[in-house]
Amino acid sequence: MTTRTISEARPASASFGMLLAALLGLGIVVLAGHVQADALHAAAHDVRHANGFPCH
Amino acid sequence: MLGRILTSGLIAGAAAGLCAAVLHLMFIQPVLLHAELYESGELVHFGAASGTAARPGFGLDPVRDGLSVIFSMLTYAGFALILVALMALAEGRGAVILARNGLLWGVAGFVAVLLAPAFSLPPEVPGVAAAEILPRQAWWFATVFAAGAAMWLLAFGRGWRAWGAVAVLLLAPHAIGAPEPDGFAGPVPTELGALFAARVLGVGLVAWVLLGLLSGFLWSSGDETAS
Repeated sequence: MTTRTISEARPASASFGMLLAALLGLGIVVLAGHVQADALHAAAHDVRHANGFPCH
Repeated sequence: MLGRILTSGLIAGAAAGLCAAVLHLMFIQPVLLHAELYESGELVHFGAASGTAARPGFGLDPVRDGLSVIFSMLTYAGFALILVALMALAEGRGAVILARNGLLWGVAGFVAVLLAPAFSLPPEVPGVAAAEILPRQAWWFATVFAAGAAMWLLAFGRGWRAWGAVAVLLLAPHAIGAPEPDGFAGPVPTELGALFAARVLGVGLVAWVLLGLLSGFLWSSGDETAS
């Protein structure tokens, strides 16, 4: 019974972990690649161009 | 689950991003710096007496190139977290994740994130004419999500409905069309623009294949230690 409880509880937390990781990844890509704040844009400029992100 | 994705993703992303940065500094940065001389007007190729194609020697710029290394690693870490989260999702649905098929995950990521948007919005060398930034970013994200979904369906979908959806998802963004500038007024020679786009796609393919390989390897080896 204990194992069943664990195996049933696992998918929910696993899905949450996947979602959180993917959202974190998306946040990093948006921040590094797309936010137009001047300081960020200047620092990441060359990498944005080199990854085909729309820049300027 | 979250910890395992973070570990695999951040290590794979940092390594692939570092590799991308080295290739960037070797092959992309010289083209970019050369184009910036035309963007700033320091070099002119139309109407100028001499249209020399000789590339000026560019040295390393510690601050600028250091930032490129950091942001390249950061960007690929972001890609990696999404890639590994999707690997975990696929594994939960019965797929086998290994280093070798991680290569295919990397190719799929390259198609979704670089090749698909580049088909209508080619990688821009500094100085090219382009439409407003916001519509271009919106189109870029929509295209990447559509192509990513298409790659997932290509790998895991079954039947003609899935294949049909793949075709629609891949074609629609280009049938609709990317935002384009009103006029072509870029001061940069087309030779540099073409070389830049080709280099970006080539370096991107190497980095993405490495990212997929490392993600698959780290994810599958993490599985052995966990169980």
